[in-house]
Amino acid sequence: MAKKKEVAVETTTQDGGENAIFNKETEGLSQGQIVLRRFVRHRGAMTSLFVIVGLMLFVFTALDQKIGPFKVPGWWHYNTEDLPELRSQGCKEGLVGCPTFSLRPKFLGGAGFGLGEHPFGQDDIGRDYFALVMRGAQRSVMVMFVIGIIGGTLGTIVGAISGFYRGWIDAVLMRFTDFIITIPAIIIGSVVGYHFGNLGVGFLAFYLGLFAWTGLSRLVRGEFLTLREREFVDAARVAGASNRRIIFKHILPNAVGVIIVSVTLLMSGAILLETALSYLGFGVVAPDVSLGLLISQYQDSFTTRPWLFWYPGLFIITIALSINFIGDGLRDAFDPRQRRRITKKDRESAKTVKKAGA
Amino acid sequence: MVAYIFRRLGILSVILFGSSFILYNLAAISGDPLEGLRTSTAPNAKQQILSLTRSLQLDVPPPLRYFLWLKGILGGFAGHIDFGKTRDAQLVSSAIATAIPTTIRLVFFATITAIVLGITIGIVTALRQYSRFDYAMTFVSFLMFSLPIFWVAVLLKEFLAIQFNNFLANPQIPVGWIIGLSAVSGVIWAAVISGDRKRVWQIFAVVAAGTAALLTLLSVTSWFIKPGLGPIVVFGISIGIAYGVTQLSTGLQNKAALRSAQAMAVIALVLYYPNQWLFDNHAGWLLILLQLLATIGIAFAVGLKFAKVDRAPTIRTAAITGGLIGVITLLDKFMQTWNPYMSTDAVNFRPIPTTGQVNPLLEPGNFWFTTLDILVHMILPTIALTLISFAGYIRYSRGTLLEVLNQDYIRTARAKGLNERTVIMRHAFRNTMIPLTTIMVVDFAGLIGGAIITERVFGWIGMGTLFNKAINTFDLNLLMAVFFITASLSVLANLVADLLYSALDPRIRAGKG
Repeated sequence: MAKKKEVAVETTTQDGGENAIFNKETEGLSQGQIVLRRFVRHRGAMTSLFVIVGLMLFVFTALDQKIGPFKVPGWWHYNTEDLPELRSQGCKEGLVGCPTFSLRPKFLGGAGFGLGEHPFGQDDIGRDYFALVMRGAQRSVMVMFVIGIIGGTLGTIVGAISGFYRGWIDAVLMRFTDFIITIPAIIIGSVVGYHFGNLGVGFLAFYLGLFAWTGLSRLVRGEFLTLREREFVDAARVAGASNRRIIFKHILPNAVGVIIVSVTLLMSGAILLETALSYLGFGVVAPDVSLGLLISQYQDSFTTRPWLFWYPGLFIITIALSINFIGDGLRDAFDPRQRRRITKKDRESAKTVKKAGA
Repeated sequence: MVAYIFRRLGILSVILFGSSFILYNLAAISGDPLEGLRTSTAPNAKQQILSLTRSLQLDVPPPLRYFLWLKGILGGFAGHIDFGKTRDAQLVSSAIATAIPTTIRLVFFATITAIVLGITIGIVTALRQYSRFDYAMTFVSFLMFSLPIFWVAVLLKEFLAIQFNNFLANPQIPVGWIIGLSAVSGVIWAAVISGDRKRVWQIFAVVAAGTAALLTLLSVTSWFIKPGLGPIVVFGISIGIAYGVTQLSTGLQNKAALRSAQAMAVIALVLYYPNQWLFDNHAGWLLILLQLLATIGIAFAVGLKFAKVDRAPTIRTAAITGGLIGVITLLDKFMQTWNPYMSTDAVNFRPIPTTGQVNPLLEPGNFWFTTLDILVHMILPTIALTLISFAGYIRYSRGTLLEVLNQDYIRTARAKGLNERTVIMRHAFRNTMIPLTTIMVVDFAGLIGGAIITERVFGWIGMGTLFNKAINTFDLNLLMAVFFITASLSVLANLVADLLYSALDPRIRAGKG
């Protein structure tokens, strides 16, 4: 009998121990700190964060950039406009412009570890493909951020207003959202393209952003609809807070998790959208370069010159994959119900702490 | 409820009216359909301009022309819908009528495969949360999310079509491949079934050895040139299906269900040769439909025979088993058709095509040849679309199931002593399907819009191609027709999804809030 009781006590302390581990971890931390901690612990998300930051530094410093009147030189010795001669040495029979990038050391019969003159090879007319891919990646990253910022802002504003005020404002805004959803962005693109010519990649990103906010606004609206009924909003209202203050100081900080997560997903979708549009000829058009455009230009040369196809694709995948993982990490970090799996190590350390305390 | 539906429909038509009006005018100012002709030096250019202007009513300004177009559409209520004419003076409705079946053929199977695969994998990952399999599948689904479809398409064309066709010239699987594939399948199954370390290694060994033996057998017998299952293998698979379906549907302890499922397998074996005779002499979709009805009828009879009480689950089990066995039987027939099909001049031993919907050189007449031809043309696009879209289902079903498993009613179900199968299949899975169903409805409606890029990469002429063509040639009527169909379907699907949600989940009321 006594033994049974002991077992029961043991299990309750174990259950309590599990909670204690979590409580111990979050003791004395602000919400932001807890979220940050959870995010840092997400291995995939942290790796992706390093990859994407490193990749952006690598990509944006590679080529000469014009910032206003100043020209910042890049570290790569070619630019997209340069036309070096097509080289054929070291290539297979009948091929020119093959990549010089090699990982096989000399003693194994390779060219030795190194980038060489044209690490990603050359295109049809001899332009350095590394420079082209770098430019394309710059475009893609830029489009991604512009769409993320514009779409995120618009979606948050529309969703917040309609969720907070409800009534006819909500009805009008939500019907407007439905209306935007039905209009295909490609049409707008071709109208603009026809009347104003090619306005460049910045404008493309801008108008895509104007159409990308619909999903986010529905999400934010739902979040606002639930949050505005909560006690802390009533408390703020009783204390005399204005609507503006309630929205920005009380509700928005609680909805920020949902917003950030869906903006990251919006951004990873934006990269694919840009590549898809460019592939169809409605996005970035030559002579400008984008990753989607490069793939569509050289998809037929896959059997003969596969490097023209591989590298832009690898860059698209790397960027989109990293953003997706960061989004996943953020989702886990912001989810209050999310509980990390308790490892043996946690239990051990919790036990030792308890023993030390006793 | 009825009032709610009508109110929603009213709002929908206002939205559709507004967006179609704006789109019509935007598209009208996006380009000049006569531009090519104006600069043309052809002697009859002027005449062409005149006739085109008349047939497309280009002399009416776009905002007014919209109402002419709308009049044609609203004629749909009077039984005669008129989408106008295309630039080549053809009826838009006939162009649409040929495009829709193509699009449905392209995306329907891909979506079904994506849903089945995605939900299955999603559920397994949720049940094995934080396992290696879960992590691996998370990675795979994010990778799929990040793939541009045209990039995947080119890879599939090269590695699945061209290389496989090359392989068929001498269908001996290299030893390295056999070892690699066996190891991979061993790892996957070990991860899915999981258990303690010893069990994992046992599963790995059994599966890997089995795969290696199977691949060697296929390689030695040149199975890829002359495939087929034969009655014995079909029966073996049928018995496997019988056990699997029974386990999922009612649990193996339900003897009546298990018996009737086994009976279905035996009946299929008995009917194997009669079926072959029917396939050879009365081929056609009608036959397959009749066989399906017969299968359901047999399942009914078998279920009634074996179950004395609680008959519905038994009949359901028998019917599902019978349907799956039917699919295997059909597959067997297609495998037998494979070699004669490959030997035709039109195919010439390169069966997996990289583009197109059908092989134009193939002589019509043989039902099995033409159907197999359609199927092989569907392989690559279906795989590409499935790869892209099933990741979403994995993530969604995993998340939903995890949420459901945390609910109190699951704890109650476990606490009252139900076995794990009942808890998962009856309590958790059904509730997971509620939000998934609504997503599926919206997805299916979105499919009619076609997969513009997939259609282009694989050379199919469906709705996406029409849309693309209409934009590029400023073909206003065609563009508006595609838009009108896709947009109305998508807003209707949203309405259906809302109604379905409230029908499936009594906690949610449509029409409130």
